[in-house]
Amino acid sequence: MPKDVAVVGVGQSAFVRGYPGSIRELAFEAFREAMQDAAITVKDVGASIVCSAPEYDKQRTPSGLIAEYLGLIPQPTFIVENVCSSSTSGIRVAYSLIKSGLHDVVVVLGFQKMSEITSQDSQERMGRGADIMFESPFGTLMPAYYAMHARGHFSKYGSTEEDLALIRVKAAGYGVLNEKAVYRKAVTLEQAMEAGPVCSPLKVFDCCANADGASCVILASADKAKEISKEPVYILGMGAASAPMNVTGRSTFSGLDCAKLAGQEAYEMAGVGPQDIDVAEVHDCFTIAEMMAYEALGFAEPGKGPELIRNRETYKEGKIPVNVDGGLLSKGHPIGATGGSQVRTIVLQLRDKAGAIQVPGAEIGLVHNIGGVGIYGNVIIFGR
Amino acid sequence: MGFERFGSKSFTSQAKVAEFVDYLDKGELAYTKCRTCSQAYFPPRADCANCLGNDMEWIAFKGNGKIVTFTHTMYAPTGFEADAPYTIVVVELDGLKVLGRMNKEVPVDTLSVGMSVKVEIVKLPDGQVTYEFLPA
Ligand SMILES: [Zn+2]
Repeated sequence: MPKDVAVVGVGQSAFVRGYPGSIRELAFEAFREAMQDAAITVKDVGASIVCSAPEYDKQRTPSGLIAEYLGLIPQPTFIVENVCSSSTSGIRVAYSLIKSGLHDVVVVLGFQKMSEITSQDSQERMGRGADIMFESPFGTLMPAYYAMHARGHFSKYGSTEEDLALIRVKAAGYGVLNEKAVYRKAVTLEQAMEAGPVCSPLKVFDCCANADGASCVILASADKAKEISKEPVYILGMGAASAPMNVTGRSTFSGLDCAKLAGQEAYEMAGVGPQDIDVAEVHDCFTIAEMMAYEALGFAEPGKGPELIRNRETYKEGKIPVNVDGGLLSKGHPIGATGGSQVRTIVLQLRDKAGAIQVPGAEIGLVHNIGGVGIYGNVIIFGR
Repeated sequence: MGFERFGSKSFTSQAKVAEFVDYLDKGELAYTKCRTCSQAYFPPRADCANCLGNDMEWIAFKGNGKIVTFTHTMYAPTGFEADAPYTIVVVELDGLKVLGRMNKEVPVDTLSVGMSVKVEIVKLPDGQVTYEFLPA
């Protein structure tokens, strides 16, 4: 179990609809919190990695602008983009920068101000996150792709719309407790089941909301972490994989192969298995995405994901608590900021500082962050 | 003419596989197959990732396919608003998978995974060309 790189600071802005400020100011909110958490100064930082899906930004090449505003000039800075999994890909790059010895401390700053464009234009951009030659001309969109996976899961395993609704009910219950979430109302099973259709079989409450937000994760070498941090949280394992962007190249519609591969790689590197995970944050941009994550990560056998949620095993008191911060379904999904927000939740859990959502005695946590509809998969395992 | 004629709205103008559009004009949906290693591709490719070759032959799909998965979307991205709602479907055809739309007249509640469908070429009034699926 390697313990070469640690998280020494985490921060997150509130995820909101229509942030009343610019992208630099949004980024600063997460940065300030993470720097205060790490109790370091900008002189301690060796490099910054800015993570954002640039099609939402009017600012071209935002890394320079953001690094300047954060005070991280003249250190090197660059952007890492993997759509919804940008910030965990940024963390993967930061890990290698630190482990290679190039830098001791690296700031990974994820942000997205989605409200700069209309929801419809946002869908158009997400549609073009598919194969623009052979998929986008049919008017494809993100919920449609996840909906086709829901249909695939239903038809293969007999899972139901109610199983998915139960995932939203759980997420909404925890969202009420999360001051930084965009959606903070409880949702009943009836409300989730009676909500209007989006892309069948997915309905309104099966989908997360667009949001503006920023996250910041500060990583350091183990030596530096011991020097500056009282409570470093180590990266124990990391896995990353890709899958064909055009869904016609996929082997199945009942799961995401990239998530499964990334999970296996992360477990192997960390020397742990699914049974060792105390708390997990998975990429629930849609309810079906969380269901598929249960199975990809081995929390349930393929097809048995519905039993986990029906038996409340992914609640805080269950066998494997998942998304007890409300998940993307409650927090919202500001593309470039999402992975960093998931990491923040796990780091707080492993420090025993997660407040009302604390999983007692959590020692090993997992983050599963997916880019596009299973184009990019990142899984990171953390430990104290 | 190039690839910009594919679909009600294309996002690509030039492509080495623009012959795809010529096949649609002839009333056929076609894929490519590598003459060197026999790997078949849909979407069609000009280059073979299996053997690095580029000697491709075009083959028209024949026969009926089966629905792998589908969704009926109430919303559409910018540029497709007038089309909504519509049904997006993935079909297995001659051992390959093809993404497209179902014909708009086909009620979504009559569809199921595994159902037999056939492909039909659609020539749009503005000169664009595409394909759609119908129950077989
Ligand atoms: Zn070949």
